[in-house]
Amino acid sequence: MFCEKAYTLIKELSRSEDTLPPYNTELVTAVINETKHLRDQNEEDAHTSNNDDSNAGTSLLPTVRIRHAAVKRNVRCLLAYHYNRIRCLRTMRWEFGSILPADIKSNLSASEIEWFSRYSRTLAAYMRSIGEEGVNLAVDLRPPKAMYIEVRCLTDYGKFELNDGSVILLKKDSRHYLPRAECEELIRQGVFQHID
Amino acid sequence: MPLPTSYYPSYYSIDDILATQERVPCKFLVNVPKMGILNPSAAETDLEVGTSLELPLWLVSEMSTGRQPIVQLELPKIFKQTYQEILKADACAVDLHKFNLYFYELGSYVKHFDSHGDVHSILLHTFKTRFRQLLDLADNSISDPSVQQKLDTLERKVFKEGCNARTKLNEWLVQSGVTMEAANMVVNHKKRKRIDIQGLFDAFEFTNMMHKSVPIVILAYKI
Repeated sequence: MFCEKAYTLIKELSRSEDTLPPYNTELVTAVINETKHLRDQNEEDAHTSNNDDSNAGTSLLPTVRIRHAAVKRNVRCLLAYHYNRIRCLRTMRWEFGSILPADIKSNLSASEIEWFSRYSRTLAAYMRSIGEEGVNLAVDLRPPKAMYIEVRCLTDYGKFELNDGSVILLKKDSRHYLPRAECEELIRQGVFQHID
Repeated sequence: MPLPTSYYPSYYSIDDILATQERVPCKFLVNVPKMGILNPSAAETDLEVGTSLELPLWLVSEMSTGRQPIVQLELPKIFKQTYQEILKADACAVDLHKFNLYFYELGSYVKHFDSHGDVHSILLHTFKTRFRQLLDLADNSISDPSVQQKLDTLERKVFKEGCNARTKLNEWLVQSGVTMEAANMVVNHKKRKRIDIQGLFDAFEFTNMMHKSVPIVILAYKI
């Protein structure tokens, strides 16, 4: 049956919401080869039916059409696979920040890693270009109510330098009273927990 | 959402690709040479006119359109008269998940091949009747989880969205002070990690225990 491999590829992607499965190089190559094979067969049959008008009863046209449908389907599955992975990656840039955890990074293909770093660069350039000093679009996602907030540290993060130059040590389960603007990013990354 | 699901299917829509993979019965109108591969029960290389097969919807819809259709699509049995009667009687009692995973999506494709327009109205009727129940379920999601299993893919999506909206509303009503939270993906990523570590730990414990009590079993297993 045609396009079974391409279907497996899409099925694999649909099973994992919120996360990226490892890039399936093997299956992608297999789908590409199947598509090439179908195309070659089609070309051959198209030549035969062009040169040979005598057997009008058994036209090869339906055969070619069926194969062409399979080629189109394969292309669609491949494009959808890559497109949806990139979309997921784009969301990750906003949620994880510019540095991805190692285990996520190991699931990406080489070109996906390159795409990610290019997207990060473009985004950073755009944020710098807004206004005179640039705006960090990844913070203040909700309107702030107070300048300082209380947070609890969830991991042993290490030293953290504040904008005023003072350095604090972030240990697990330690509590801090910090300027909101400086800890928002760490809250998003799951290092801090915001305490009301 | 990282893998957005759109109701109106786009070229890249994963749901649409999965839905069009569902098989529908069809009948060949012409001889197709070299395509015996489509018929797993026959060994011939050619497909004869009049062969009936169940093929994926994407292939059938491609072949049945155009000036010279190769196949004639037949309605899948879940959209036929008998099943329509069941749905008309009480759509809420039906296990739609068992009918088909993509009941509505599939229906909206095959309705174009139904000359009476019955499929169209039965889809609408089914959704309208079941929607009230769905809404009720989403608002009281703590109740019996087995009810969820009777929903098809589209209904599940609506159900999930409904639950999320209800939780958000409750949160907003209870506390209007906005707490900042870790990003959705980060939280899930951490959870998954925790499960992994826990799983490893369990496996380790298990082998340890096995080692102490029945070393022979392990030995046999290794061999």
